[in-house]
Amino acid sequence: MRTIAIMKRVLKELLRDKRTLALMFFAPILILLLMSFIFNSNATPNVDIATINLPNALYDNINNTKHVDTYKYSTKKAAKESLNNGKVDAIIQKKDNNYDLTYANTDSTKTTAVKAVFNASMTKTNVSTMKKQLIITTTALAKLTGQPASTSAKSAAPKINNHYVYGNKDTGFFDKILPILMGFFVFFFVFLISGMALLKERTSGTLDRLLATPVKRSEIVFGYMLSYGILAIIQTILIVLVTVWLLGVEIKGNIISVIVINLILALVALAFGILLSTFAKSEFQMMQFIPIVVIPQVFFSGIIPLDSMAQWVSDISYIIPIKYSGDAVADIMMRGSSIWSLGLDISVLLGILVVLTWLNIVGLKRYRKV
Amino acid sequence: MQTAAMNLQHLVKKFGNQTVLKDVNLNVRAGEIVGLIGPSGAGKSTVIKTTLGMEVADGGSATVFDTTMPNRQLLSNIGYMAQTDALYDALSGKENLIFYAQMKGISKSEINKETAYVAKVVDLTDNLNKRVNSYSGGMMRRLSLAIALLGSPKLLVLDEPTVGIDPALRRQVWKELKSIRDEGRSILITTHVMDEAELCDRVALLLDGKVMAFDKPNALKLQYNVDTIEDVFLKAEGVE
Repeated sequence: MRTIAIMKRVLKELLRDKRTLALMFFAPILILLLMSFIFNSNATPNVDIATINLPNALYDNINNTKHVDTYKYSTKKAAKESLNNGKVDAIIQKKDNNYDLTYANTDSTKTTAVKAVFNASMTKTNVSTMKKQLIITTTALAKLTGQPASTSAKSAAPKINNHYVYGNKDTGFFDKILPILMGFFVFFFVFLISGMALLKERTSGTLDRLLATPVKRSEIVFGYMLSYGILAIIQTILIVLVTVWLLGVEIKGNIISVIVINLILALVALAFGILLSTFAKSEFQMMQFIPIVVIPQVFFSGIIPLDSMAQWVSDISYIIPIKYSGDAVADIMMRGSSIWSLGLDISVLLGILVVLTWLNIVGLKRYRKV
Repeated sequence: MQTAAMNLQHLVKKFGNQTVLKDVNLNVRAGEIVGLIGPSGAGKSTVIKTTLGMEVADGGSATVFDTTMPNRQLLSNIGYMAQTDALYDALSGKENLIFYAQMKGISKSEINKETAYVAKVVDLTDNLNKRVNSYSGGMMRRLSLAIALLGSPKLLVLDEPTVGIDPALRRQVWKELKSIRDEGRSILITTHVMDEAELCDRVALLLDGKVMAFDKPNALKLQYNVDTIEDVFLKAEGVE
């Protein structure tokens, strides 16, 4: 019964703190919207290329590529000037039988894009030249043998069909990091706000007074878990709805499974926040845990591919709660996995939760010896 | 011999290398107000924390109602008021009272009657529905006292209860404390106000981790051969 009373009290206090509520519910939405604009609009950079003396076929192929604008120059000097002014990103010049490419290289993604465009166009030009020759040869051959050549000429151009297991051709980096981001917001806000709440309870003396009543230590911890659990459910639902309806992200699996995983993560964050708040003397000291505890979570959560790191560095990720929730949510969202097939991720999260909760209940002994 | 509401025998308490309480003997009998006076840092708060079971004695014994502390169940018989007001200031006065009443395990049917009664005692009935963050310092102190009175505990432990309360209300609070005593309940009170010490049935003088003197106020004055408890305090401290 006391657990419920504590839960009601914590919720009541939170509901009256409008700014904190706004932070919990609207800040993640705002950041998600901003990130989706930033990552989705800049997926392919636009490049401007100066060309000098290019053969017509090659020039047309380059010019017809998407996100590419070409400008014809007659001299290298004029082109170079445009390059220095930032008007163009690269110069392609044909000298005798060779090609000279000069890159501004101020933006490596643009340099890479120009290289790709040039190579693709070269291949295309070569292929069409070969095709023409082939047609000429086959027509010549057909004339000799007296058979029609039309069939073989048509079959020379195969059509490429793309199929996507998840999403569509616009699926980009943002879609990959979204499951992790979702978990990160839940973790970050619950960690910070619950830690602050318990810290305030300690510094204002209400914790001492609470412990001077027959309340059990576990009832305090569970009361906090219930109230922040409810808050985390609302927060997760809001984030999921925004990602599905506003950002149009596809969730292949069950939305409820996504919410369940994030709820477990929120409880881990809560237990973590309460535990660390006992090591902080003030709100400012609580803030100091952000660079030490919260930010590394992002690095090891899988936003940056772990398989490219040194083994011992990527091993750190095994103790990062967000990695497990991120993996699980990514499986549900992108592969449509059922929650029952994610036993390992969930049991690791639950294991961390049980250990942290136990530490909290024992840790409250510092303030009352029974 | 009368049964003691609380009894500290040869209590020793250390924090790290520092021995805060060296040898404290203190008891509060049923129906008695005991005042605990002493300079800052003498260990008054440690005496209270050990009585409540927040700290464990390193030596000697601490019992409340003949049960060794710490004991969680026993806490429902103790009303505690801390030096800080320890209130939830986003909640109203009434919500604070109800919350602490629930924590003390007062039954649902009793809660309304109980909160209305303690609010009347500290003269807060008209302000119960206001948020605590709009309260004045004195009102917070009174609400804090009201919380300690919840559930008619048999032992009240009050840490500086009358700081920031105006004289008229202080008189009223003491009237209430005396009527609590007359019901046979016990009170342990720490104070800095020396004329309040005169109102106690017995006064314990805590100095340097030891109880230097523990007797009726008049007997103490005789013992130190002075006119007021304030002089007793100063003389014991060696200022004069």
